Amino acid sequence: MDFVLVQLLTGLAAASSLFLVASGLTVIFGVTRVVNFSHGSLYMLGAYIGWSLLTRLPREPEWFALGVVATALATGGIGVLLETTLLRRIYRAPELLQLLATFGVVLMVQDIVLKLWGPADLSLPRPRWLRSFVVIAGERVPFFDLVLIGIGPLVLLALWLLFTRTRWGTLVRAATQDRDMVAALGVDQRLLFTSVFALGAALAGMGGALALPDGSANLQMDLTVITDAFVVVVVGGLGSVAGAYLASLLIALLQAFGIVLLPKITLVLVFAVMAVVLVLRPNGLLGRPPAEARGEAHVLALIRPASRALRLLGAAALVAALLAPLLAGPFLLSVLTEMLVAVLFAASLHFMMGPGGMASFGHAAWFGLGAYGAAFAAKFLLLPMPAGLVAAPLAAGAAAALFGWFVVRLSGVYLAMLTLAFAQIVWAAMFQSVEITGGDNGILGVWPAAWAADPRVFYWLTLALCVAGTLLLRRMLYAPFGYALRAARDSALRAEAVGLDTTRIRLAAFTLAGTAAGLAGGLSAYSNGSVFPTYISIGRSVDALVMVLLGGVQTIAGPVVGALAYTGLFDALLLVTDLWRLVLGAAIVVLVLAFPQGIAGTVQRLWLRGREA
Amino acid sequence: MSVLAVADLHKSFGGVRAVSGVSFAVAPGEMLALIGPNGAGKSTCFNMLNGQLRPDGGRIALDGQDITGLAPRRVWRRGVGRTFQITATFASMTVRENVQVALLSHHRRIWRFWQPTSALFAAEADALLDQVGMEAQADRAAGVLAYGDLKRLELAVALANAPRLLLMDEPTAGMAPAERVALMQLTRDLTRRQHIAVLFTEHDMDVVFGVADRILVLNRGELIAEGDAAAIRADARVRAVYLGSGATSGGH
Repeated sequence: MDFVLVQLLTGLAAASSLFLVASGLTVIFGVTRVVNFSHGSLYMLGAYIGWSLLTRLPREPEWFALGVVATALATGGIGVLLETTLLRRIYRAPELLQLLATFGVVLMVQDIVLKLWGPADLSLPRPRWLRSFVVIAGERVPFFDLVLIGIGPLVLLALWLLFTRTRWGTLVRAATQDRDMVAALGVDQRLLFTSVFALGAALAGMGGALALPDGSANLQMDLTVITDAFVVVVVGGLGSVAGAYLASLLIALLQAFGIVLLPKITLVLVFAVMAVVLVLRPNGLLGRPPAEARGEAHVLALIRPASRALRLLGAAALVAALLAPLLAGPFLLSVLTEMLVAVLFAASLHFMMGPGGMASFGHAAWFGLGAYGAAFAAKFLLLPMPAGLVAAPLAAGAAAALFGWFVVRLSGVYLAMLTLAFAQIVWAAMFQSVEITGGDNGILGVWPAAWAADPRVFYWLTLALCVAGTLLLRRMLYAPFGYALRAARDSALRAEAVGLDTTRIRLAAFTLAGTAAGLAGGLSAYSNGSVFPTYISIGRSVDALVMVLLGGVQTIAGPVVGALAYTGLFDALLLVTDLWRLVLGAAIVVLVLAFPQGIAGTVQRLWLRGREA
Repeated sequence: MSVLAVADLHKSFGGVRAVSGVSFAVAPGEMLALIGPNGAGKSTCFNMLNGQLRPDGGRIALDGQDITGLAPRRVWRRGVGRTFQITATFASMTVRENVQVALLSHHRRIWRFWQPTSALFAAEADALLDQVGMEAQADRAAGVLAYGDLKRLELAVALANAPRLLLMDEPTAGMAPAERVALMQLTRDLTRRQHIAVLFTEHDMDVVFGVADRILVLNRGELIAEGDAAAIRADARVRAVYLGSGATSGGH
């Protein structure tokens, strides 16, 4: 009984912290329709700014409260800056490009925080009142936990009053339902959006500051919290504050009890609950089907056969790639091998994301499963490398077919979130099955066969497989299946009305994309000689997204260009600066603002304009 | 025998009876209009016929075979073409490719992963586009077409599976008056030649009286009249529904 009470209170306190972040995210999404990846960065900034303020203020509770409020105001101000300089310019851009831009902000903030506050974790000195306990039913409960437990419902109440009792709140609710109508009625959208963003940022900053007494300000907290907040927001229903609170309770209690009862599978449990909720209620617990934003239908580009010039360019690049080992040293060769793997990885995501219209936040799952598939084949079945390179795509493809059955029923942000959930489940499975996978230590000694041990031979093998895989995917897009896939994306209504089974077609595309990513993962395993859970990390999924969006979703050459540009930029930056995140993030933001159609898309547009003029 | 036979169709949304006890039949080559004021249940009726909505009760038979509750794509396989009130086409494809996809599906060639689509059924697609007068625009993107041209493209797509029945929901909505009659005349010529039955809903009475062989009038979910143009024009209940009865309008 005592155990239940203690875990219940712990869970409730955690729920409040989660809710602060998630409510801001959901309010921002509801009004601006921007999935703000940088929300975790605002939370992290809140923690660091809070640390700087609170360590300088007197230690009494009232000064602590003042410091937290000041932190919230400061992050709110940063939110205003972010909204007016960046987000305002991309509200009409495709959803995924907005996501990419805010991810650029994540990278920049990471380096800025590192520069300003240094790499060490910063924790708060705990004065007596912060260390005090309250005895409830014979159990010592930390006083601060009770404060947190109270803050969640208080903030919910405050938001509810704000949204129902003020004119501003009415406008926000109206804009959440139909922002075009609100604009048509003469409401100043700019002011509304900026203030909503400021509110969301302030809530995130407050959450960050309040996380200090029980933890620390550290450089990992942005991505950790954004994943949790996404889960909460999606489970609760995008745009629903009450849903965010319900989901915060659900997730936090699940974690509090899970960590004691089922420590091994807590993470899996959380994402499994999310998967179940999304399959049963595709718009989350309290979410409503999103209203179609009007007047924003993006004219979709036709897919034409590659022009003669592009074919020549591709052939030239291929010849250069073939001859590269004769000139390149071992380091450059390993970089080039990674680039080839990145091309296939990006092409596989593009396949489902561009023509398939299914953006994935968890594409690393299939890459990682391919890598682990190859490693298992080598280590446990003692199979030779060719068999390992067959096992890799098969393992990934089989898992993609299984997960895909759930995923392809959803669309848009919800679909993306479910793929993220599955990637996290796979990651947790690999991370926690220490006896089989070695956990964090990974599986070592996955070396190529003797005939391919020479880096040059392995490079040529990678070149052959990656180019063949990419070209095969491309070929499929020009074949009837590719047209059926685009048909299902362009208009599911029309596709079903001409006899196409859109669910099956999307599932097939999902499976094929997973298979190709698995091959990329298998090659990567043999190239590095080892496999780690980081192969399935969110960071790697984001890499794939960035490569595809950078190149351009609408063109078939896009992922190739994007992969080469991104990995090239990345490796070049690593050589010249230790602020590579700042530069890369800024580059991404600038690229999104300058080339909303991606590099290849923009080049194609300029090329066509030159032709038709 | 009739192509389509609908018997005692029912559908409610919550407490609202959208369609209640509707029965009718369509003969091969016949052009049947389904009219009624807003909210009469026309679109609900239509969406049940092609499988987008499942009826609460009643039976829908195509060529004597029960198709009640089948999914839209299965209804299409049985030979029912469909156009939508708000056109639905594949915006990222050319006009020709739109028709090619329908043809590929009809010939069950969708699950091909190797052969390029460009050469498949291109001639057949052009022939269909020729029928609706769209051959000159075959290489344009569907996403940039004028609305009237989109409607004609939809007609070509709907004809791609050599249907026995064509369902057209508000085929002329959003078009200029002159275009409307032209589109429906075109539809009538094409379908009569190929003995395709057409069931369409329409608000424009010029179109209805101009091209329909027979007219059904729906009001509040129930059929209140059925007959040719002259009979419908003379029907007192139809007049009451459309014009209001003399008692309420003042009878001047």
